Amino acid sequence: MLIIGEKLSIIAKRVREAMMKKDKKPIQDIAISQWKAGAGMIDANIGPAEDNGEELMEWMVTTIQEVVKLPVCLDTTNYKAIEAGLKIHNNEWGRPLINSTSNDPERFAMLELAAKYNSQIIGLTVGKGGLPADAEERAAIAAEIMARAAEYGVPLEDLYLDPLVLQISTSQDHALKVIQAVKMFQELNDPPMKTVVGLSNISNGCPKELRPILNNHYLSLLAYEGLTAAIADPHDVAPTVKTIDVIMGKTLYAHSYLEM
Amino acid sequence: MAFIPPKETYPGRVYSVSIGTGQKEITVGGENVLPFHSFEGAFSNRPLIAYEIHDVPPSDWPESVQKPYLDVCANPVSWAKYCQDILNAKAIALRLIGTHPDRENRSSEDAAKTVKEVIDSIDIPLIILGSNHTEKDSSVLIAAAEASKDRNCIIGKAQEANYKTIAAAAIANNHKLIAMSELDINLSKQLNILITQMGFDKEKIIIDPMCSALGYGLEYTYSVMERIRLAGLAQNDPTMQQPILGDVGMYVWKVKETIADEKDVPLWGNTEERGIAWEAVTAVSMLIAGAEILVMRHPKAIEAVEKMIDELM
Repeated sequence: MLIIGEKLSIIAKRVREAMMKKDKKPIQDIAISQWKAGAGMIDANIGPAEDNGEELMEWMVTTIQEVVKLPVCLDTTNYKAIEAGLKIHNNEWGRPLINSTSNDPERFAMLELAAKYNSQIIGLTVGKGGLPADAEERAAIAAEIMARAAEYGVPLEDLYLDPLVLQISTSQDHALKVIQAVKMFQELNDPPMKTVVGLSNISNGCPKELRPILNNHYLSLLAYEGLTAAIADPHDVAPTVKTIDVIMGKTLYAHSYLEM
Repeated sequence: MAFIPPKETYPGRVYSVSIGTGQKEITVGGENVLPFHSFEGAFSNRPLIAYEIHDVPPSDWPESVQKPYLDVCANPVSWAKYCQDILNAKAIALRLIGTHPDRENRSSEDAAKTVKEVIDSIDIPLIILGSNHTEKDSSVLIAAAEASKDRNCIIGKAQEANYKTIAAAAIANNHKLIAMSELDINLSKQLNILITQMGFDKEKIIIDPMCSALGYGLEYTYSVMERIRLAGLAQNDPTMQQPILGDVGMYVWKVKETIADEKDVPLWGNTEERGIAWEAVTAVSMLIAGAEILVMRHPKAIEAVEKMIDELM
């Protein structure tokens, strides 16, 4: 399973300050540490970035790729910032991932960018009308996003469907609905559609000591249903991912498998 | 519309490993497809067969495989030169069986001397094998590795009980290393991980998952080799992408089918022909399962396998 390292987010104080001061060191330290812990891609979340978004995303992509040989997941609602990031992204280590489009017409422009720059893209299964009520509604929205992707010329294998993980502390019933949605999404196409979740959201608002437990167990259940990728903290989930790969027969067992 | 055969492609690739030095250096591995599937990808390096010789006369070999070497086998140097110069061997595997405590119990110094003499008399690559006595091999193989320093040999076999000293000797003297486990793919992977965790380059390991003869567990060896190759190619597992060695001769030339005299079992036919066929069939099976390097004994069996490789390459 692909782990997309989530730690470079503007929500974190250390990262926010580094972004404001254009201080490369903390950003690169975090990128390297996530890479070594098993991330296959680094998420760069710069928030809405209404001012200087283009410059900020450019700086983030360059700063990250200077030290880690990984593709970047460009995470912002600012269309121009995404385009600026795509323009300078080094595809030698993998293609970038746009985070994200949805079934909201305001976000369709992201598909245009994906097609133009041959990028992968996350399709968040929400529309303009608010949160989906259940797995079926998520799948219905997913089908609409797939149709839209085809219309814009984005190949379906470049689209990662995101069922939108909600907080277990406020929306407990959605935990299972998201797992069902991951299964249903794959059935929407042959070969199966790729899926991704923002994993840590399940434990958002929970006591700190519970968060890794919730994250890891939730990831196991999602992986069993075929989840392709998770935006998560690789330090938190790497042992679970490696163990799931062994249990599901994707990696050969050896006593030291966790050390690999 | 013309029929287009489907092609299997894999994300992984077997490491290319070179042995020997100078013009006679040989590279094995490097393929990204199953054995001989050159119609699906690159299978450019030919599997290598090494002639097995011993540091002491092969008194335990059946008569029919002693026969081709009767005039030379009293001395490992003349034996090695005979294989290289007369039989056109591409590599030699010198087994230091005489160091085994239950055999002649030769010392490490004596073994090192033999290694030095043999390697100085040939220019083709050399594989240096211990006696498979884990304790004795630790000291014998260190001395042997030093005696062949920088000649880019393969030394072995490192096992779970003695890999640390043997791997350290291989690092210090620039050799490749055979990592041997007993017919268990998970232990084979584990041993490779342990060896690389010592700082040994994973691309300098040769896997020996343990061989066996036709009729005596060949299917187990076959299955383990095949699964190692699939883990390396299909799962792109970097701990399982090393070339595989099949130590064929020693397992074949001790089973009753290669020994029993025609007078005792007339229905089985000529003893020597039967032994040659037994070794050749076992060897070919190993190649089809995924082995890149074979250690064999009878010149005619080797000739038959080389011919088959010619036809399949």
